[in-house]
Amino acid sequence: MGQATASSNAYYVPHASVWPIVGSVALFLLMSGAATLLNGGSGMGLLKFWLGFAILIFMFFGWFGAVIKESLQGLYNSQVDVSFRMGMVWFIFSEVMFFAAFFGALYYARIFSIPWLGGEGDGFATNQLLHQGYEAAWPTNGPDNVGGFFETIPAWGIPLLNTLLLLTSGLTITLAHWALKVGQRGALIFWMSATIVLGIIFLYWQAYEYVHAYQDLGLTLGSGIYGSTFFMLTGFHGLHVTLGTIMLIVILFRCMAGHFTKENHFAFEAVAWYWHFVDVVWLGLFVFVYVL
Amino acid sequence: MATYATTDHHEDHDHKPSGFFERWFMSTNHKDIGTLYLVFSLIMFFIGGAMALVIRAELFQPGLQLVEPDFFNSMTTVHALVMIFGAVMPAFVGLANWMIPMMVGAPDMALPRMNNWSFWIMPFAFALLLSTLFMEGGAPAGGWTLYPPLSIQGGNNVAFVIFAVHMMGISSIMGAINIIATILNMRAPGMDLLKMPVFVWTWLITAFLLIAVMPVLAGAVTMLLTDKFFGTSFFSAAGGGDPVMFQHIFWFFGHPEVYIMILPAFGIVSEIIPTFSRKPLFGYQAMVYATASIAFLSFIVWAHHMFTVGMPLGGQLFFMYATMLIAVPTGVKVFNWVATMWRGSMTFETPMLFAVGFVILFTIGGFSGLMLAIVPADFQYHDTYFVVAHFHYVLVTGAIFSIMAAVYYWLPKWTGRMYNETLGKWHFWLSTITVNILFFPQHFLGLAGMPRRIPDYNPAFADFNVISSVGGFAFGITQLLFAWIVIDCCLRKRGAKATSGVWESAKGLEWTLASPAPYHSFTTPPKIDDRMLAHGDVSH
Ligand code: HEM
Ligand SMILES: [Cu+2]
Repeated sequence: MGQATASSNAYYVPHASVWPIVGSVALFLLMSGAATLLNGGSGMGLLKFWLGFAILIFMFFGWFGAVIKESLQGLYNSQVDVSFRMGMVWFIFSEVMFFAAFFGALYYARIFSIPWLGGEGDGFATNQLLHQGYEAAWPTNGPDNVGGFFETIPAWGIPLLNTLLLLTSGLTITLAHWALKVGQRGALIFWMSATIVLGIIFLYWQAYEYVHAYQDLGLTLGSGIYGSTFFMLTGFHGLHVTLGTIMLIVILFRCMAGHFTKENHFAFEAVAWYWHFVDVVWLGLFVFVYVL
Repeated sequence: MATYATTDHHEDHDHKPSGFFERWFMSTNHKDIGTLYLVFSLIMFFIGGAMALVIRAELFQPGLQLVEPDFFNSMTTVHALVMIFGAVMPAFVGLANWMIPMMVGAPDMALPRMNNWSFWIMPFAFALLLSTLFMEGGAPAGGWTLYPPLSIQGGNNVAFVIFAVHMMGISSIMGAINIIATILNMRAPGMDLLKMPVFVWTWLITAFLLIAVMPVLAGAVTMLLTDKFFGTSFFSAAGGGDPVMFQHIFWFFGHPEVYIMILPAFGIVSEIIPTFSRKPLFGYQAMVYATASIAFLSFIVWAHHMFTVGMPLGGQLFFMYATMLIAVPTGVKVFNWVATMWRGSMTFETPMLFAVGFVILFTIGGFSGLMLAIVPADFQYHDTYFVVAHFHYVLVTGAIFSIMAAVYYWLPKWTGRMYNETLGKWHFWLSTITVNILFFPQHFLGLAGMPRRIPDYNPAFADFNVISSVGGFAFGITQLLFAWIVIDCCLRKRGAKATSGVWESAKGLEWTLASPAPYHSFTTPPKIDDRMLAHGDVSH
């Protein structure tokens, strides 16, 4: 066990932990459950999926709980802190690349595949033979009008509002950070709560917009390439905002419990970075999905 | 000066956890986790190898012989996935786990618990993947590249394969993050970046590649999943998407991926050749910069896998020249290895044999790669056995040979015992002869037009296929010898006791530790003495 002498430059090799293997079992159950469900299975699939999900949540509590405890015991020195920071930075980089794949798909469809389908360049013969009469356009659901007629969500309504909300939340979390650094607990908690509220309002508007799209506009995940890229990009972003909001809430509780000091608050900063990351992704979305 | 007290067992630094479960399932120790990775990789190597032998048995003669065509296609698909994600990549991660902390003078990896998670995801991911073999409709059969629409026309396996790939991706990304953090943050004072062993450098760059491209693969397979199950049209022209788009996204991952499987190999060979040439590595800095340029270029060459699917002429020219450009830094490396050997007092113990074999045979693979890079020539070669020959030269006699070299080179450090040198030499020579019987004729088959991924073929191709199959079985059986040598060394412990230096002129921090290496590598940071580094004193 980590009965450590917290000498400030001792390197901390954490003691053995059961959480990684628990997490692996959880992922396995979750994923094989999801695959079973997709293949039309029910009972077993549902059981595996939810069991995996529950164990995963349990693991996160257990694992992070252990880390928080060790951190409060003062076992982590500055070297461990740097390792954590690097871990978070590179994790965010991997997330950036994940979104890059979907932005790439959007870009490819708009710049290449749709003009080709419309007969541009080498696509002339294909257009004549297979998709006669199809003209390149954006938004589109392709030559076969997949998913039927749909309308898009104008950029200057809710999306603009949501942009402002998220940008403001980037500001409020920075204010919270300043408050933390000068040791003003009250201001810290206020600005953290404001950030969370902004995140939740954002999510509310996103959900509202989805319902509107499905019910009134005919815009669904199945609306050809437009619907695919629209919902995939905004959906994964929304998922990240949800996760980010949950993390913010955890951090808020930890702020209230007094876990952080002026100098030592890596978890806060990590979540703030993450929040800025979803913010930046949203700006990309706003420009490339809604405006252009 | 900083001291690293490993605060978990500070009374007794070599104290291993007592329980089996605690030691192997809950580990936070880079050596134990490294061992797990290597054992896992060896098992996968034999599973994937068995599939390869099914393929070679079917291809022994023209006509359908042993297996159903669909099962044959499953074998080519799953063989590739198992070998790439299950054998080669985990082997390199295992080597990184074992060696990087020792090479940079650290007590362990930077994030030891996450390290364990990275490993333990892998067996579960492969359980998911291999379970499809026993499923109704069978395992995926559309090729490891998962091109739609074929790949998503499979039966129940599609979702399982996609989720298995997701799990492998999660594992790789976490492993890579850990390696970067270890290298950037855990070096002993004085171990400057440009003093690090080349193996560490190549892994640093490989880890960057992994973090950059594994998420892209995750995105690609996610789109496959939604195309199949949720009605999206990413890869369907009817809805305005494009199946070729998948290929672009896939190969944006795929080409860096092949470098993920070769850069650590470059690193290993750059460690071994100086030792057995008894000379510092020639052109250390050039090696580092060449690795970095290869990594950079690997991001802008992906469409050389797609010359025949249709691409604007400008694109074809760009990707052709960019691809050929990679031969320049690669050539720098080969030149430096040869120059290191030049006038060295060389001896040929098994690791060196494999390393020299690597240099020669990998170069053959590089040359066939250059041929494939030429657009009009690739129109002829694409999807033939010539491509199969190319990537097996770079992957089997490249990546796998380097892994074997590494195992022989470091096994005495890991176990404290020498392996059986005579058997090792037998293993090398049998492998080298049989692997060439196996893959060299495939060049001729490909040039003559035999397509890849097909269970039956024109009788005109029969002779070379017989030769190749014979070579394949001989190579496969030879690898049992490898397993035996390793088991003999690790478990039966019959070899001579290894000294801490092991090899006469091995240089680098890992050789200053006892053999077997202590459970926590460097509990106090070592003093870096430039003369102890494999490339000598780089400032001169
Ligand atoms: C000088 C360096 C290299 C060049 C110029 C090169 C070029 C190429 C080209 C043009 C192809 C596509 C052939 C086709 O499908 O028509 C190809 C395929 C391939 N290469 Fe290389 N290559 C090089 C090095 C490597 C290395 C180092 C590896 C792996 C360690 C590798 C692994 C592969 C694989 C796995 C494929 C086939 C993928 C598939 O279609 O399944 N190559 N290479
Ligand atoms: Cu390539």
